[in-house]
Amino acid sequence: MPRITIDGRPVAADTGSTVLAAALKAGVYVPHLCFLPDLDPYGGCRLCVVEIEGMRGLPAACTTPVRDGMVVHSDVPAVNHVRRVTAELIIADHQASCLECTSNQRCELQRAAAHLGIDQSRLRPGTRRAVKDTSNPFFIRDMSKCVLCTRCVRLCHEIRGVGAIDVISRGYDARVAPFWETPIVESTCESCGMCVDACPVGALRPKNEQLPPAELVRTVCPYCGCGCGLVLGVRGKKIVQVRGDGFDTGKQAQLCVKGRFGLDFVSSPERLTSPLIRHNGKLEPASWDEALALAAGGFSRIRDTFGPDALAGFASAKCTNEENYLFQKFMRAAVGTNNVDHCARLCHASTVAGLGMAFGSGAMTNSVAELENADCIFVIGSNTSEAHPVVALRIKAAVSKRGADLIIADPRRIDLTRFARFHLRHRCGADVMLLNAIMHVIVTEGLEDRDFLDERTENFGSAWEVIRHCSPEAAEAVTGVPAGDIRGAAVLFARAGRAAIVYSMGVTQHVTGTDNVLALANLAMLTGNVGIESAGVYPLRGQNNVQGACDMGALPDWFPGYRKPADNLVRKSFERAWGRSLPEKPGLTATETLDAVFKGRIRGLYIMGENPALSDPNVSRTERALEKVDFLVVQDIFLTETAAHADIVLPGASFAEKDGTFTNTERRVQRVRKALPAPGEAKEDLWIIRALSERMGYPMIYPDAAAVMVEIAALIPIYGGISYERLENGGLQWPCPDGSHPGTPFLHRGGFIRGRGRFHPTPYREPAELPDAEYPLLLSTGRLLHHFHTGTLSRKTGGLETLSRPGLVEVNPDDAEVFGIRDGDRVLIESRRGRVEAWAAVTGRARQGMVFLPFHFRETPANVLTNDALDPSAKIPEFKVCAVRVKPASVPL
Amino acid sequence: MNQPITVFVCAETPCLSMGSDDVFEALKAEVARQKLTNVNIEISGCHGHGLCNHGPSVVVEPEGVFYLGVRPEDVPELVGSHLRDGRPVERLLYQEKATGKIIPHYREINFYKKQQRLILRNCGRINPEKIDQYINVGGYRALAKALLEMTPIQVIEEVKRSGLRGRGGAGFPTGRKWEFGYNVLSDKKYVICNADEGDPGAFMDRSVLEADPHAVVEGLIIAGYAIGANDGYVYLRAEYPLAVKRVSIALEQAREKGFLGMDILGSGFNFNIHMKEGAGAFVCGEETALIASIESLRGMPRPRPPYPAQSGLFGKPTTINNVKTLASVPAVIDRGADWFAGIGSEKSKGTTVLALSGKIVNSGLVEVPMGTSLSTIIFDIGGGIPDGRRLKAVQTGGPSGGCIPARFPDTPVDYETLSLLGSILGSGGMVVMDDTTCMVEVARYFLSFTQAESCGKCVPCRLGTKQMLEILTRITRGRGKESDIDTLYDIARTVKECSLCGLGQTCPNPVLSTLSYFRDEYEAHIKKKNCPANQCRPLSRKASATVKS
Repeated sequence: MPRITIDGRPVAADTGSTVLAAALKAGVYVPHLCFLPDLDPYGGCRLCVVEIEGMRGLPAACTTPVRDGMVVHSDVPAVNHVRRVTAELIIADHQASCLECTSNQRCELQRAAAHLGIDQSRLRPGTRRAVKDTSNPFFIRDMSKCVLCTRCVRLCHEIRGVGAIDVISRGYDARVAPFWETPIVESTCESCGMCVDACPVGALRPKNEQLPPAELVRTVCPYCGCGCGLVLGVRGKKIVQVRGDGFDTGKQAQLCVKGRFGLDFVSSPERLTSPLIRHNGKLEPASWDEALALAAGGFSRIRDTFGPDALAGFASAKCTNEENYLFQKFMRAAVGTNNVDHCARLCHASTVAGLGMAFGSGAMTNSVAELENADCIFVIGSNTSEAHPVVALRIKAAVSKRGADLIIADPRRIDLTRFARFHLRHRCGADVMLLNAIMHVIVTEGLEDRDFLDERTENFGSAWEVIRHCSPEAAEAVTGVPAGDIRGAAVLFARAGRAAIVYSMGVTQHVTGTDNVLALANLAMLTGNVGIESAGVYPLRGQNNVQGACDMGALPDWFPGYRKPADNLVRKSFERAWGRSLPEKPGLTATETLDAVFKGRIRGLYIMGENPALSDPNVSRTERALEKVDFLVVQDIFLTETAAHADIVLPGASFAEKDGTFTNTERRVQRVRKALPAPGEAKEDLWIIRALSERMGYPMIYPDAAAVMVEIAALIPIYGGISYERLENGGLQWPCPDGSHPGTPFLHRGGFIRGRGRFHPTPYREPAELPDAEYPLLLSTGRLLHHFHTGTLSRKTGGLETLSRPGLVEVNPDDAEVFGIRDGDRVLIESRRGRVEAWAAVTGRARQGMVFLPFHFRETPANVLTNDALDPSAKIPEFKVCAVRVKPASVPL
Repeated sequence: MNQPITVFVCAETPCLSMGSDDVFEALKAEVARQKLTNVNIEISGCHGHGLCNHGPSVVVEPEGVFYLGVRPEDVPELVGSHLRDGRPVERLLYQEKATGKIIPHYREINFYKKQQRLILRNCGRINPEKIDQYINVGGYRALAKALLEMTPIQVIEEVKRSGLRGRGGAGFPTGRKWEFGYNVLSDKKYVICNADEGDPGAFMDRSVLEADPHAVVEGLIIAGYAIGANDGYVYLRAEYPLAVKRVSIALEQAREKGFLGMDILGSGFNFNIHMKEGAGAFVCGEETALIASIESLRGMPRPRPPYPAQSGLFGKPTTINNVKTLASVPAVIDRGADWFAGIGSEKSKGTTVLALSGKIVNSGLVEVPMGTSLSTIIFDIGGGIPDGRRLKAVQTGGPSGGCIPARFPDTPVDYETLSLLGSILGSGGMVVMDDTTCMVEVARYFLSFTQAESCGKCVPCRLGTKQMLEILTRITRGRGKESDIDTLYDIARTVKECSLCGLGQTCPNPVLSTLSYFRDEYEAHIKKKNCPANQCRPLSRKASATVKS
């Protein structure tokens, strides 16, 4: 560790540190504006110039690496004199009086000026004209205050990989602007707002932060599975500020637009503030006593009349581990059924099944941060930069900082393709064929990892029997991907030292979802990319706590910790712990539950924090099921499309109003902390489940959420070492079997959890419904950057609504021509199950022959159209492929 | 008339702009018409550096008869009288201004007599579009010697021993630069020829590239061999379309001859050269900005370290040399370090090319041994100050240089001495000023250039040049305040000491040097509202108005 002297004070610097970083770390203030620890040194503001003995002139501290024994003079007259002139120049470059400006309470220019003793500038104020751009719903760009430190520009390029803004023109005319100087909202800006936090002065300011927070609360973002740490600034009973939680890294923690700006739902006036009971067909406010008594009574009656299996419960991937644990315990112990499931059924059921069969665990094998050090990343069926923006940053960094090779397989030209060596634009649903062909190339070229196959895996021979028939040429005919590209991508992947596979719903939501996952597992094993750092298989989980909800056993065929109800030892141990005899037979999946409603087998439903009325395929049918079921209790924070069908609605608490834990996509268990009280009569969900359980004769006594975690740790071995105390300083990745275990960044080290990794033959099967003469186009559904899931949360933030106009369907220009559709036309989309009107966005993003419709919007409910055909083993529906026809809406039917 | 005659028609930009291509075509047609079989008509670089304003120049070799201002209508006479009958056409010959004497041979012209042409050695002597002519005057001999007889280390040692220093302006020893490049271990290295000549009034690089492109190509290949690079770039400003064309032709011919490509001359060394055209930013002449520009990024300098020698183009070790440096290299290798080191002064070896302009009788490119005194250049070669005026100052080194007052006539022109006097050798610009020149206006003028060319990255340069320019403009318009001189000095010092790159660090030189040598002129503008040189018009008018009343 180099030791240097700054103004006579000895300072221990980190190796590779700059003089400025070392000084700031040691608490020595050196004026600066353009320096930000996250970014490459820039040397633009020149306020940090210092004298260094033995060096000529005045080097900038921010660009000078430390050397052992360096003697630095910072706070000396000669240095301060020129710094003062530099600061005066900056101050004079504003029309308004800079020193009296209050737009940034932590203005770094004012701090530097104060340090240098400047109270006025002797220079004439500049005459620079500058724009004030208020077009973005979340922040203001007031370029009259810009000091051109370019932190925003560099952050947007270096870290976000977006490059929405840059310096244009030169010299005195240089200014930060979007391309062609359009308003920022018309640029490629993703509105992440990170530039706003990076601005040292008042040039970039949030619109929604009127008052400084009185208290800061560290917690976890409630949107996708990235699990970004948040710091909520709370004042009164409101969230007044949101920042990323950098822990003690000293760096800015990256968030996306939803996490940074999309939390308005917490204080939405539409929140449920009191229980509701249906009277004469209308939901009316009621007391908790009434509502709970009615709910418990209804459930008890059905249980006692039709048996416990006439009841089913949907737990929630948005709720905490503790809540999910209690929910399934309630269903299993208080009700006595395994009919408990949640929306993982709709997203990664095929992952849990497929990776479980191949590796012995359905979870992401490696950690997100490891992606940055991968040599090759294969992203298939994941629009990562929109659906998992912060994971995408790691992928972009791997490419731009380390030169990793990126391969994208996606029918759409997603944003990440900008960084890719290969974009394999395969037809929706042809994934297995594509993957088999890639493996065909690897084996025929002799690029497989023979040792790994021999020592760690089994059953490759039977997989090869299928793969050997899938030449790239054969695959080209099925997938539409040129054989040469398949070869190129295969060789690139196989030759890479550490190659990672990243996938999401584009892989899982098919009738062949499990096969898709198995084929990816085959590919990872074939190239020896499991059980090592920065390689592996990354299923990106879509919800903040979908991993946790699975871990907690909110699944019909698994007890907590992925243990089989049919296993007597397992069942006995849970029976001992819970004091009830437990059902042995697996329950119904969420998708099967609705069928069972029509058959009269399910009579009562308890839904916590899910919205199947918008999220399930073929929702018309789902709605009929919700109408038909005898007794429906919905527990939520909003009156969702699902809650609207309920007999009883129980108002729960949002993520900001309760303690607990979420487990993110990389198996990291993280603390969720209560920042606010729930509004009105709304209650924390733990309280509600316990109250209901007690009324059904099964009291569950826990003083707080921490006590639930104690029970979880005792019963789930992979959570054995997890406690709130240990989670204080950041999360822990399971398996974490005991209190001294540091957690597990990557799985299958030295051997697979199931022993040997198992190859499965994956013959290609077609999707359940392909385009034909009647319905000539293929419809695929998915997410947009600015919205989340059914919009229950994200659509409560006005700005997000502004940024993504609801109801656009992407149509390829070639198809638009064939079907007489122009950009912006109102169009009618019809499938065999329903019809939706939307506006056409004619764009090359969509592959020829397909249209794409996001499923966030109730105005254009994509799931009216989707097919409810199921994957036979995982029971996941085929959201990603169905046949539709599209025509201008004005044309009479 | 049996000896073959070669007629070289200058085909550099200035002569072309005055119609030398028509003269060339007319000569060819006329020679054919008169059926002269022993006459070759060739294009060439300039023979008349300095005399370019007199129009298309033509040289008849081997006699060395020099014509100026030749027009197509003169051609029949020139061919008939001179080429056929051996009688030069007197009215087109060079006439010395001072004496009125006609001087038929360029070697006899005073302007050339005291010059030593090393960098410009082939200018006007060969057709730059014919590689064979370059080879005939010894071209690519140095390449063969370096590749076949010398190791890279020996090449570097030879260049080190020669004392050759970077001709881009900074004067860093070329051999040491190559040694750094050689010593860095990397799978890939680059050499770059910096041909982004941007100083107004400097056109020596253009001249070399237009008149002798192979010399630069040869130098770049040798540089690549020395440091171990297999790829070179010529970064050439797009404002030099003819240079771009000539270099492209040279590269193509060198490739055909096997001087570029795989296994050059059977040495096992592979080398290729790519050309990248600049897009008009002055700052892209700065190494790191130039690299950014080749990488298709915004042309802005970045802090060093890391130095380009460690991490340059595409993150790989990169050595960058100026056009004139590279054009000197074949001479150094071919004729040896000792020969080269015998030219010039103690610390500055070889020759320097100066662009002599301003209030001077003979303006143009002048190549002299390093260390030649200012007075030799101005009076002997430049022919002195016209109109009987007095020398006041010499501004050297382009817009970032300083003004040296007339009281230092014996100043040897080399790196160290000029920098001691507050100026720089820089690109070799040399503007002569007489007593009608206002020194405040000079500072304002040069600063207006650097201000416009600041890239805007660092605060002192972006805002400091703007503030200084405003103050200087105020002063020249008679609206200066007494505190302006101190403020100007403060800003100039800050810009010089704190700027990120060479542009900012040197752009205050015209201000600082005039403040130091001609402070009285500033004070006269501010206190007496008077321009002593009578050049600042608002002040002159005011003064004359006062006289009238």
